[in-house]
Amino acid sequence: MTDMLDDDVTQAHVDLFSKFDPLIAMRRDLLATGVTDPFGLVMERVISPTVAVCNGRETILLGTYNYMGMTFDPDVIEAGKQALDDFGSGTTGSRVLNGTYAGHKAVEQALCDFYAMDHAMVFSTGYQANLGIISTIAGKGDYIVLDIDSHASIWDGCKMGDAEVVPFKHNDIEAMEKRLRRIPEGAGKLVVLEGVYSMLGDIAPLKEMIAVAKKYGAMVLVDEAHSMGFIGPNGRGVAEEQGCLDQVDFVIGTFSKSVGTVGGFCVSNHPKFEIMRLVCRPYVFTASLPPSVVATACTSIRKLMHAGDKRAHLWGNSRVLHKGLRDAGFQLGTEEPQSAIISVIMPDLERGAAMWEALLHEGLYVNLARPPATPANMTLLRCSLCAEHSAEQVQQIIGMFTRAGKAVGIIG
Amino acid sequence: MDREETSARIAALIEPFNKKEVAITDATRFTDDLEFDSLTVMDFVAAIEDEFDIIISMNQQAEIETYGQLVDAVTKLQG
Repeated sequence: MTDMLDDDVTQAHVDLFSKFDPLIAMRRDLLATGVTDPFGLVMERVISPTVAVCNGRETILLGTYNYMGMTFDPDVIEAGKQALDDFGSGTTGSRVLNGTYAGHKAVEQALCDFYAMDHAMVFSTGYQANLGIISTIAGKGDYIVLDIDSHASIWDGCKMGDAEVVPFKHNDIEAMEKRLRRIPEGAGKLVVLEGVYSMLGDIAPLKEMIAVAKKYGAMVLVDEAHSMGFIGPNGRGVAEEQGCLDQVDFVIGTFSKSVGTVGGFCVSNHPKFEIMRLVCRPYVFTASLPPSVVATACTSIRKLMHAGDKRAHLWGNSRVLHKGLRDAGFQLGTEEPQSAIISVIMPDLERGAAMWEALLHEGLYVNLARPPATPANMTLLRCSLCAEHSAEQVQQIIGMFTRAGKAVGIIG
Repeated sequence: MDREETSARIAALIEPFNKKEVAITDATRFTDDLEFDSLTVMDFVAAIEDEFDIIISMNQQAEIETYGQLVDAVTKLQG
């Protein structure tokens, strides 16, 4: 055993922050070029789902995931105000103690109705839904087989649990099958997929992948965060669109995109699903969503069931923007528009940041996505369209991209 | 398959990933010496898994820092 230090001796101080030095340096170098900090934008005023004031200037929003534009829906706002009056500002408690109000049960029922499934469980964020469900259902000795481009919340759910984690190449059915085939017989298997991958806006061949997963006796979890509300005849997501939703054991989703507020959920037909409420720690050991949030979510979800016209308009926007940017000479993440995300591939981080800033000066906000969040270390300008973007706004956006792209030297 | 034969087959697989032609010994580290990033690791692990028809889970990969440790792990995984 090591001796205690003498009273007059101290060991050298180790700064736990030194591990962040490379990132601090990278950020300093980028900002030293004079570019506006792409991660420090403040929305001073929000005028509508598609327009806000940033740096004193009216800016078209093209990076909010507010796909269905529900954030300013009058019925949604009214439901939130009413819940504030009737139930107060917060629950101050866990769902399993004092944090389940009538509104939480109502929004879970709305989800069951929306997906036509037996069970729904609402979490405080989408991140926690993935974290909680994945870490809880896949335990020691089980295997999680997942796409390498999975969202951080999926990876963190894997890391928090005790299962063996086996990734495969993005959307590669054969690579997935090989891994499933090699898992020891009798082990529990969970295949984790996403409907839409948010970085490039591409979709998964869920029908084929789920068929393979089922052949090897795996359970399947699909994260439909970026498809809820507008992909599929009823807006249930890519699995519905491809006709395989009945083969999905767990659908994970969020209220922070098409639904227009915050929160996450899992829906399932598993007969024992309700036990999750007692064993899933990210559900139990955190406060539940405020009454106003669940009331807005509930109203929004019920309206999304009947939003066929908005879905059609959003798809139209996606097709027009994709074609417009492509014709202008930009390199895009997908050959054809597959979702409401259009990803514009930048040659490097420096020019990506310059382009982002040039767009902001034009009056357009998009997401700058950079490694390590991006696949293949790409720098992306990620655009997410809204059903409330007018055809006119989409044309304006194409014009802004073209001018900025020429100014920065990304297109000829 | 014994350790020596396993090592020879892994050595052949590592070649296309060893861009700087670093001399490989049991002590060679994947991150520090071969400068593998996460994408390279994924492709390299997939190549080994296919060659030996095994799974090296992320949990197991976390324990493997050097070439020697990889050869030991693959030898063991073949049973």
